[in-house]
Amino acid sequence: MTPVIFVPRDSAALAVGADRVVRAIARELSARGLEARIVRNGSRGMHWLEPLVEVRTAHGRVAYGPITEKDVPGLFDAGFLDGGDHPLFHGETKEIPFLKGQTRLTFARVGVTDPLSLEDYRHYKGLRGLQNAIAMAPAEIVATVTDSGLRGRGGAGFPTGIKWNTVLKAEADRKYIVCNADEGDSGTFADRMIMEGDPFVLIEGMAIAGIATGATKGYIYTRSEYPHAIATMREAIEIARREGILGTSVLGSRHAFDMEVRVGAGAYVCGEETSLLNSLEGKRGVVRAKPPLPALRGLFGRPTVVNNVLSLASVPVILDRGAAFYRDFGVGRSRGTMPIQLAGNIRHGGLYETAFGVTLGALVNEIGGGTASGRPVRAVQVGGPLGAYFPPALFDTPFDYEAFAAQDGLIGHAGIVVFDDTVDMLKQARFAMEFCAIESCGKCTPCRIGAVRGVETLDKIAGGERPEAQVDLLKDLCDTMKAGSLCALGGFTPYPVLSALTHFPQDFSPRPMAEAAE
Amino acid sequence: MSLQLSSRQVAERTQAVVEDLAELEGPLLPILHEVQKEFGCVPEEALRTIAEALNLSRAEVHGVASFYHDFRKVPAGRHVLKICRAEACQSMGGDALADGVRSALGIDWHETTPDGRVTLEPVYCLGLCSCAPAAMLDGELHGRLDETAMGELVKETGR
Repeated sequence: MTPVIFVPRDSAALAVGADRVVRAIARELSARGLEARIVRNGSRGMHWLEPLVEVRTAHGRVAYGPITEKDVPGLFDAGFLDGGDHPLFHGETKEIPFLKGQTRLTFARVGVTDPLSLEDYRHYKGLRGLQNAIAMAPAEIVATVTDSGLRGRGGAGFPTGIKWNTVLKAEADRKYIVCNADEGDSGTFADRMIMEGDPFVLIEGMAIAGIATGATKGYIYTRSEYPHAIATMREAIEIARREGILGTSVLGSRHAFDMEVRVGAGAYVCGEETSLLNSLEGKRGVVRAKPPLPALRGLFGRPTVVNNVLSLASVPVILDRGAAFYRDFGVGRSRGTMPIQLAGNIRHGGLYETAFGVTLGALVNEIGGGTASGRPVRAVQVGGPLGAYFPPALFDTPFDYEAFAAQDGLIGHAGIVVFDDTVDMLKQARFAMEFCAIESCGKCTPCRIGAVRGVETLDKIAGGERPEAQVDLLKDLCDTMKAGSLCALGGFTPYPVLSALTHFPQDFSPRPMAEAAE
Repeated sequence: MSLQLSSRQVAERTQAVVEDLAELEGPLLPILHEVQKEFGCVPEEALRTIAEALNLSRAEVHGVASFYHDFRKVPAGRHVLKICRAEACQSMGGDALADGVRSALGIDWHETTPDGRVTLEPVYCLGLCSCAPAAMLDGELHGRLDETAMGELVKETGR
């Protein structure tokens, strides 16, 4: 049996030298006259161990990491092709606690398979959901998704099945499925990992959405900052067309569905669904007023499903295993699992998929292992640049949509960015306003002008210029932005600002005093 | 990516790009991306050609091209270094690293060194937030950067 070596092709692995490791392995193999097959898999999501080199042995798949090219000869000397011991050896991959503790439904195959092998995809239960969907009536598919309790994973948490139902019932000559893969939030990379690590699951999810709603064309709108995701996705779509998964007859059925990848151009606001639709139409990525809902008048004025990557990628398992299977995970109104992304100053950063309900503290301290710097955690931002900063005092908050809302926060796209005690929260609040000013589409005044005024006001606070009055002004400004902005960019920028102010007031006292206190 | 193209050449090459992509639904962004790939920027003359071909006003096409951060009016330097400025990278000391690069190169964000060697761009997230701080040099990703590794990247732009 030819040994199989796995070295991820995920961007997180490439950024820390995975390609150099592959070249070193190839060199060593030929120098030693050995044979092995190298598979470029997705990432297992244990990013602190990347590049994670795995070998399929008689005793299962074993892991070594983080491996640099310099470690490679040593791996061979240690007999890693037979799972030999080595200082960077972690034993069987699936037994590593970070992985073992997870419930992987959406990410079941990511890191396990060759992302572009349809054979792997089928072997690991791919296409079963689509096959089931083809045998069902559209309304039945929609009902299954509704019953599963799946809510929009992009951040808004709107029930996916209800959105689909609106599109299904809308009369039109043409309908669209649009996948929002414009994952611009700092601290998030789950969409990227799906596109790079299991692109067929997204294709399958979109095809099911198409069959369920009567849409025949799909678009994945993603970011120019994700070149590897774009390339992998495009290649997978080609394969899916060739193999009859996409095209005039999906898996030989009477349903037609095809799709393509479109690339944005560096505008964060295009992650907002109406701005994304304008961008797809070739316009400025300016937010549209709602109503009309995109489900009724979306892309080119046609009924359109706009769903996040993770929502669509969760659909195949729901159609495969049934609504009840998925719904049984989770708590309250947050059903199923959430791929949580642990990022920033964290020891064990990466992707952790688990049922809703785990506490923030468990995620940061137990699963994430605390800070990478070894210093105390001071704040964590949950839900991207528009998400609130949480102090450790709120670490008992369970990870679910409603519990976070009750703490004036949001789970958003489930990115968690950890900061140690060197963080300056006034600076973070200022950055939130600055980011909003840079990325505002300019359509509504509270966002366009409010963000600029927010930066100025925070600068005055930092300068000690009548700070109490400025803080009142800042709160007032945040109220206006929250209530008066057209979309979440202006509407949610107050979350990081106000949470910083509420939980870390000492950082907003005049600078010299703050320094004296340290 | 010659800088010395006549406006007629720009128009011709833009026309070819437009013809290739005009059949797409909502073709403008794909066209602008291709034009930028062709010329290293979206030249004024190209806007005119695109507008005519798609039956849009020049103002509309200009409006779209200028809305998106990616589209340049003039070509970048020989290398493009994009450094992530977003929160996850901030939490790992990204700001200080970026300040170091700005002072080493003597340029600010969006600027190009006088010798045309490198353009420095901020980027708000490369999706490498678990391997921060991160940067992208000419499309290649780099994570877990420290001063030494960032220094190497800057040095690479000199080669």
